[in-house]
Amino acid sequence: MTAIPLGVPRRLVEFTIDGQEARVPEGSTILDACRAAGKDVPTLCHGDTLTPKNACRVCVVEVEGSRTLVPACSRRAEPGMTVHTETERARHSRKLVLELLASSVDLSTTPQVAGWIKEYEAKPDRFGPEAARLNEEPRIDNDLYVRDYDKCILCYKCVDACGDQWQNTFAISVAGRGFDARIAVEHDAPLTDSACVYCGNCIEVCPTGALSFKSEFDMREAGTWDESKQTETTTVCAYCGVGCNLTLHVQDNEIVKVTSPHDNPVTHGNLCIKGRFGYQHVQNRG
Amino acid sequence: MDLHFGDSKPTDDERAAVDALLGPPESSWEGADRSDADLRWARGGREARDRRDLLLPGLHAINDRVGWISEGALDYLCRRLTVPPAEAYGVATFYAMFSVKPRPATVLHVCTDLACAAAGAPELCAGIEARLGPGVHVERSPCLGLCERAPAALAIRAGDPVRTAVSAPATVEGAVLAATAPDSAPEEPPAAMAVPQAGGDDLILLRRVGVVDPLSLDDYRAHGGYTALRRAFELGPAGVIREVTDSGLVGRGGAAFPTGRKWQATASQPDHPHYVVCNADESEPGTFKDRVLMEGDPYALIESMTIAAYATGAHQGYLYLRGEYPRALHRLEHAIAQARARGLLGDDVLGQGYAFDIEIRRGAGAYICGEETALFNSIEGYRGEPRSKPPFPVEKGLFGKPTVENNVETLVNVLPILTMGAPAYAAIGTERSTGPKLFCVSGSVERPGIYELPFGATLGELLELAGVRERLRAVLLGGAAGGFVRPDERDIPLTFEGTREAGTTLGSGVVMAFDDTVPLPRLLLRIAEFFRDESCGQCVPCRVGTVRQEEALHRIVARTGAAAADDIALLRDVGRAMRDASICGLGQTAWNAVESAIDRLGAYE
Ligand code: SF4
Ligand code: SF4
Ligand code: SF4
Ligand code: FES
Ligand code: FES
Repeated sequence: MTAIPLGVPRRLVEFTIDGQEARVPEGSTILDACRAAGKDVPTLCHGDTLTPKNACRVCVVEVEGSRTLVPACSRRAEPGMTVHTETERARHSRKLVLELLASSVDLSTTPQVAGWIKEYEAKPDRFGPEAARLNEEPRIDNDLYVRDYDKCILCYKCVDACGDQWQNTFAISVAGRGFDARIAVEHDAPLTDSACVYCGNCIEVCPTGALSFKSEFDMREAGTWDESKQTETTTVCAYCGVGCNLTLHVQDNEIVKVTSPHDNPVTHGNLCIKGRFGYQHVQNRG
Repeated sequence: MDLHFGDSKPTDDERAAVDALLGPPESSWEGADRSDADLRWARGGREARDRRDLLLPGLHAINDRVGWISEGALDYLCRRLTVPPAEAYGVATFYAMFSVKPRPATVLHVCTDLACAAAGAPELCAGIEARLGPGVHVERSPCLGLCERAPAALAIRAGDPVRTAVSAPATVEGAVLAATAPDSAPEEPPAAMAVPQAGGDDLILLRRVGVVDPLSLDDYRAHGGYTALRRAFELGPAGVIREVTDSGLVGRGGAAFPTGRKWQATASQPDHPHYVVCNADESEPGTFKDRVLMEGDPYALIESMTIAAYATGAHQGYLYLRGEYPRALHRLEHAIAQARARGLLGDDVLGQGYAFDIEIRRGAGAYICGEETALFNSIEGYRGEPRSKPPFPVEKGLFGKPTVENNVETLVNVLPILTMGAPAYAAIGTERSTGPKLFCVSGSVERPGIYELPFGATLGELLELAGVRERLRAVLLGGAAGGFVRPDERDIPLTFEGTREAGTTLGSGVVMAFDDTVPLPRLLLRIAEFFRDESCGQCVPCRVGTVRQEEALHRIVARTGAAAADDIALLRDVGRAMRDASICGLGQTAWNAVESAIDRLGAYE
């Protein structure tokens, strides 16, 4: 949850979700309202700290009077709207989106998706063995993080985080178009030749593990990555006066990666290269 | 912004191409040699950042001069415009007419789309490739908007200036000549050749095509030009909107939204400035009416845009023209320059103290840029990806400002509305589809071309007029995003309501006839391939769905009946999700034609 700064009181919007009356502050999305009402709508590309790009379309719901389904994550609730979240039509599209995605990219490190695939009875195999896939090799061109675009669902979150929404570095964007669209740096160069400043904020927002710490990537390759053995400790970065919050993920007494709490009202999960990657000195035990 | 540029340098040619567009750089901050002064001050980026909308023209400038866009050239352009190279790379790789890899200076686009495929494009391609050496890059292209002269080829030779030549109907010799010697290729036939009714008395929209000299403003005025604008000034903005509303005019691009309401909604927005955008990115396969209008009667479009701007309170207009229309580009550039010189554009239009000017923006090969919000992104220098709506363009359009966007045919209708008056205009056609309508007829007919008929004529009447051939197998209405109807459905009235009742669509006015020599499954495959190619890639149902659709059609290309049943079920499932859950019209309609071929024509029975 993002901390909500106290501002001018907002008007409440009244509408109905699945036959129930709902009242949410003006500006809330249908997804906000669903979550407040305890309803589960699956999301993949939605990010809690970024403007929704509504590209994955797994959160679609039916709004009466709308020709097409609407993305719950970005459509604002309007007074008098009648929303249905669980119709056959909405479930059909969600199921198909899961099938289309799972048939084209590797979702093995995407949290929650396995559960949805089961729930919606999605069968990604039914497009046949010849179905086009990304089939890309991981790009390992630096010691800090790995880009494994075979897992990329093109949610645009890393682009937004690197660009005008957080980091303002603009080192990555989407290149190409259609099925050939890919996340890339300028001229599709190695990361080391690009404008990247290694803040790792793109890793922080990536929902699929397509961007990951080299440490995590190596441990997964070696079969030693084990989240059940990890502890998370949130502390304060000691490098500079900003004082960002760091969450240290520790396995077997080693820091294996560093994330940052999204509900911190100052940093919203952002860090710089030092806070994100500069932890080896902690574990230099001489 | 962390701007980071690599070590690649532009060649002199590339630098010159960019400087010809932007002027010479002023300091080392934007790519000039470093002077003493540069060491002591840095200019804020804001001033330069405002020029991001010159990114697409800049890419064109390089591509036109060199034939492709190198790292050094792209970096230099980015420096000049203060655009991050990664973003510019994303934009450059979005458009089909650009290449970021070296290629020959001459590119020959050979259309392999529906009408051309039916007219022998595959054999043509093979013949051309056998004859041309490595000096020419042959590119299989989607519809070039020359369907009445199918098959078609367009040669573009980079240089200073860039040269183009069209061969249509194309022969191997003709296309090879266009590519190897564009300057000595024969001239294209006049636009009026595409209008079988040209010169007819009852024409309204096409009445000047073939009658006036498209290069002469005086001739245009002698044939009634600029009377509509004078009338607009008499009526005042609110009066113009009232006339357009009363006329019942609805958008001719496919969505059929009431034009008066759109104008009213834009005019009443408190936020300023307002913009007028003319969508001349006619890329729907089978559509060529806007090209013929722009080539044959360019001033009519300039005048209608001026009226639209006056009515909605805009002082700047953009004419977004598809990149594959070199002749329309030259005619419009000429017309705009003439109009400006004569005070019909500029600070004081017609001496009425009203300022309006038009800038042409060239597309670069992306069907999706015909979607109105994708078009805004394209003009602004971003990838041509549709934005999600709401907010709608009347509220937040181009540069985030209230924008009225109309296509060429819609705008040109405003002239007769103002000259004949709303009631007389509304009396044409049917009650709910008023006015004249242009149809692009191609395929298996004797006289392919643009036809103007009052709304309400039937499909059979139109086909009759165009001389439909024997053994008609199918008619595609509305282009690739439209739907097929059977040859016996000739009674369908060509109105928005009539086609809707018949379970199909009028779309952009495409009528493509196919006789039984055209293999239907191949046609469907071509449509699927088109959508897969043209998807912007933003949303999953469209990006992956169009691929799965094409794969399934490949599997059943030679199968029928029970053997095809499981793949047809799959197609229905995918198609339904594309229609329901895609962000924009491209994905939402990508399954229409295939579905109609299965259901109406029994394509795989
Ligand atoms: S790399 Fe990750 S964050 Fe970036 S678009 Fe792909 S899935 Fe999204
Ligand atoms: S993460 Fe970076 S900015 Fe934040 S406190 Fe640490 S060093 Fe400072
Ligand atoms: S429907 Fe297709 S073209 Fe439209 S936004 Fe989605 S991916 Fe892009
Ligand atoms: S989560 Fe809403 S579209 Fe992706
Ligand atoms: S020009 Fe070839 S189909 Fe239109």
